[in-house]
Amino acid sequence: MIVRILGEGQFKVDHEASAVLDQLDTELEAAIDRGDEPAFSAALSALLGHVREHGESVSPEHLGPSELILPPEGSSMDEVRKMLSGEGLIPG
Amino acid sequence: MGVMKRVSLVFKAKANKALDKMEDPRETLDYAYQRQLENLTRVRRGVADVATSRKRVELQMNQINQQATKLEDQARKALGMGREDLARSALERKSAAQSQLVGLQEQFAQLQGDEEKLTLYSQQVQAKLDAFRTQKETIKARYTAAEATSRINEAMSGISEDMGDIGMAIQRAEDKTAQMQARAGALDELLASGALDDLTGHRDDIQAELDMMSASSDVESEMRRLRGEISASQQKQLEGGANGGQPQANAQPTQYQAQQPQYQPPTALPVSDLPVSDVEDGTGS
Repeated sequence: MIVRILGEGQFKVDHEASAVLDQLDTELEAAIDRGDEPAFSAALSALLGHVREHGESVSPEHLGPSELILPPEGSSMDEVRKMLSGEGLIPG
Repeated sequence: MGVMKRVSLVFKAKANKALDKMEDPRETLDYAYQRQLENLTRVRRGVADVATSRKRVELQMNQINQQATKLEDQARKALGMGREDLARSALERKSAAQSQLVGLQEQFAQLQGDEEKLTLYSQQVQAKLDAFRTQKETIKARYTAAEATSRINEAMSGISEDMGDIGMAIQRAEDKTAQMQARAGALDELLASGALDDLTGHRDDIQAELDMMSASSDVESEMRRLRGEISASQQKQLEGGANGGQPQANAQPTQYQAQQPQYQPPTALPVSDLPVSDVEDGTGS
């Protein structure tokens, strides 16, 4: 499965690692729902760290979409909320 | 549905919109390539802007460092003159300058990190763009409607995702640069206002008071010297000795010379020498 970290690039992640990602993603979402910024930051860092550690960088030759997309490192909760509403995205 | 999935759906929706609009997929590939080229330029400009911000912060750090050193010198001088109040006020300002410095150091580290990340990212965008340029020609050459459409769709979805990604990276870099510039501007204003003491080289109030004190102590020592001279010559006259004049006349210039550098700028000598040599040259030729 291909996962993109915005501002970093695409990574190939195997099935095992993606299960952990799902779990971390659930934490991330819960933090956003609660409006809990520290928990959000921690969950995001953990997610990004997991992808970098277990994922394999995809060659720039590959031209294809990603199954999952992660917000860039250091994003605030507000930025991610905007991202989810499609704000600030340059259309292709 | 998780955040990661939702973000990717937002990107896919954008990509689909772009794909729906295209009539001849081959033209779309060219158009997307052009757009990516423009994006690359913007990413590079973003890197340059971040570098400019970093340099500005560095400059401010240097200014404040100089100021802290100067304030400590002033405090030392003031203490030497027994002015504890002045020394205290100089040290208070030094500590205010240092707390600004801590903030600037954090900003500097952050900007350095941003610059590195963005540089790396722009290299990646460049590599991707190079790959895209060759692939799009292959796709176009092999283009037979049905067969190529799915491949073009796949490539276009990827490219569209890249574009959204780059667009967002550019936006973030620009926002951050604007924020940094605002902060740097505010600090420049603070520095200019003299709240942290002047950094422009003109005199500040602590320096003015120190100068005044050292000037008045200079006057006092001059007074003492003159009084000494007068009483010495009076004594000479009273003694009426003609042979006693010689050693005393020798002793006086040495005392005077020792104080001389404080009153006379050293440049006075070479400058007054110049016209003389000019005149000599004129008569010689």
